Amino acid sequence: MNGLSIENLSMRFDLPNGGSVQALKDVSLQLAEGELMSVLGPSGCGKTTLLNIVAGFLAPTSGDIMLNGHAVTGPDAERGMVFQQGALFEWMSVRDNVSFGPRMAGRREGDWAETVDHLLDVVGLRDFKEKAVYELSGGMQQRVALARCLANDPDVILMDEPLGALDALTREKMQGLVLKLWKETGKTIILITHSVEEALLLGERLLVMAPRPGRIHREYRLPFADLGVNADLREVKKHPEFGQKREEILGMIWDMEEEIMGRTEENA
Amino acid sequence: MIVFLIYVAIFIASFFVVKFVARKTVTDFTSLKTVTFGDESAVTPNRIASILSVLTIFLLWAAFTGSSLVPRFLHAPGPFIGDATFTYTAEADGVAPDDATVTVRVFEVGTDVADPEVPPGEGWAKNDVDTVGAWRSGLVRVDRNDAYGRDAGHRVVAVNGQPIEPGGEVMTEFGRVGMSPKGTLNFEPAKGWQMEPIWLPPPEAVVARLGEIASDGYRDSTLWEHLGYSLFRVVVGFFFGALVGIPLGYAMGLSNWFRGWFDPIVEFMRPVPPLALIPLVIIWAGIGELGKIILLFLAALWIMAIAARAGVSGVAISKVHAAYSLGASKWQIMRHVIVPNSLPEIFTGARVAMGVCWGTVVAAELVAAEKGAGMMIMVASKFQLTDIVIMGIILIGIIGFGIDILMRFAEKALVPWKGRI
Ligand SMILES: Nc1ncnc2c1ncn2[C@@H]1O[C@H](COP(=O)(O)OP(=O)(O)OP(=O)(O)O)[C@@H](O)[C@H]1O
Ligand SMILES: [Mg+2]
Repeated sequence: MNGLSIENLSMRFDLPNGGSVQALKDVSLQLAEGELMSVLGPSGCGKTTLLNIVAGFLAPTSGDIMLNGHAVTGPDAERGMVFQQGALFEWMSVRDNVSFGPRMAGRREGDWAETVDHLLDVVGLRDFKEKAVYELSGGMQQRVALARCLANDPDVILMDEPLGALDALTREKMQGLVLKLWKETGKTIILITHSVEEALLLGERLLVMAPRPGRIHREYRLPFADLGVNADLREVKKHPEFGQKREEILGMIWDMEEEIMGRTEENA
Repeated sequence: MIVFLIYVAIFIASFFVVKFVARKTVTDFTSLKTVTFGDESAVTPNRIASILSVLTIFLLWAAFTGSSLVPRFLHAPGPFIGDATFTYTAEADGVAPDDATVTVRVFEVGTDVADPEVPPGEGWAKNDVDTVGAWRSGLVRVDRNDAYGRDAGHRVVAVNGQPIEPGGEVMTEFGRVGMSPKGTLNFEPAKGWQMEPIWLPPPEAVVARLGEIASDGYRDSTLWEHLGYSLFRVVVGFFFGALVGIPLGYAMGLSNWFRGWFDPIVEFMRPVPPLALIPLVIIWAGIGELGKIILLFLAALWIMAIAARAGVSGVAISKVHAAYSLGASKWQIMRHVIVPNSLPEIFTGARVAMGVCWGTVVAAELVAAEKGAGMMIMVASKFQLTDIVIMGIILIGIIGFGIDILMRFAEKALVPWKGRI
């Protein structure tokens, strides 16, 4: 069976003081190959934990993750990761960063040079390939991170707030880029975000998570990602359903946040 | 005290002069900031101030040593040189008191001097002559040539008409005349404000000594041999310290077992100053090269181990995660992520270690050595060769500074991303 399947995933962190945090409880979901899913939820609801488990950095307390029919047990090149920031290697040029995966796999330069150059073209960094990473702006750095991930040709791409540190304008351009790359490469993508608009724009499917314990609250299927490929995202946002969905989800998250606040006040 | 006040005065005066003369002409980013007080990044060293600071030190040095490098009017008042005179009044049993003069020729130490010639004078007390070096003092036995000596009850009761008694003193325009408890006069010519060369030689004397030692050597070794030996010890000791310390630090940063095993050792050895190890190292390895190198090895070892450990712990976990999910193996992560990521810390550690090693080698040579910069100044100090001591200190400072500059260049070239992440 192709695609990613998560079954009854639970994660409990035992705290040094003897207590424990139920970061995830009975999370199940299926992701078909090539699907783009965005994940939303109030802070602390377990989004990063979920992603880290799928990436293989954490082992769940219970539950199974299968990718293309085999169990996920640790990090692997089949699951690429794009972080919010600071995950590039400053001691390498842009090109060396992007070609890191193929080089570590021991492939010869003739093998990957074309792909890497093509990817640098796609993310618009052809003229910067010999530059040092720290000479680039934040948006350029995230494009390098995207290209680096794609150069390794993973089956699934996991992104934890990849655009979170960017300014509004750069962010909008990057959203377009993500959609374009998704359509061109046909990768399965999970993207965590804090922005409801971004989640709507970049989610073929949208998962809203609820905290304490972290679980799936609601799931949507949305048309906007398809509409947005190679189109003006601002036009997509004018779609009547877009505004309506945005209000609905915002309200949902607001309610959750208020509930959390209320609960902590009770505890205090 | 005076020197300090002059220094402060020059500091303040040059501040206002430079401020007045050099109106800000550069309009870089910093000068456009309006809030500079408290913004550390807006504070850049004023290079004019740095130059003036160095000049001031040399100026004060030259002025207070009567150096020929600065014009005379800048000199602090020097010691009295020339013929000093004072009169004394002596009494003896059974005769009237009588006056006589004392002429003391004050000469620069190291030059030839002859007694001044004066007529013996009238009366039973005869005029005296003597010589004394500048900054020194000398006893003047005025009774020796007088008609009535000590056995006749000779005693001095006044100098320049001012009464004096044993243990007392009279200040004259040429210096101090004191009387010992037994009644002997001693004369101490006025010292002025300058430093005596045996305490602080003028700059040109130090330069001259540098030239002499550079060409003739000191204590059977040339200057370059002395400095070269010190440097060699530092480089070798540091090299082995880094060679062992860096892998040790990596191991401590990567493995629980290594961390647990070596933590107590490293944490215990870190606060022990290397100087405190000198006696033990001498007992174990003697005063030869081996002992020195072991000492420097130990001095560098802990610093480098701690720096490497900090470098490993300092790697952002997202970088390691990214490398794993790009398919890198443990070894590849070590080689391509952890090692390069720790380089800035290692360089910082290396700079500290080099500084500590340089200080330690000089100290160790002060204690015991046959060659080396520290040995050179230690031996020179035993013979009061202050110029060699000062020359040595300056050379040690310059080399230490040079080492640090080199390390900084290396750092710039090898870890250009430092501080930019
Ligand atoms: N290593 C850990 N040890 C203990 N508790 C943890 C650990 N990692 C996460 N948690 C807890 O698990 C819960 C979920 O954390 P997680 O980082 O997954 O949230 P998140 O949804 O990504 O939040 P945010 O939106 O702020 O990034 C939180 O309550 C957090 O305190
Ligand atoms: Mg998170």
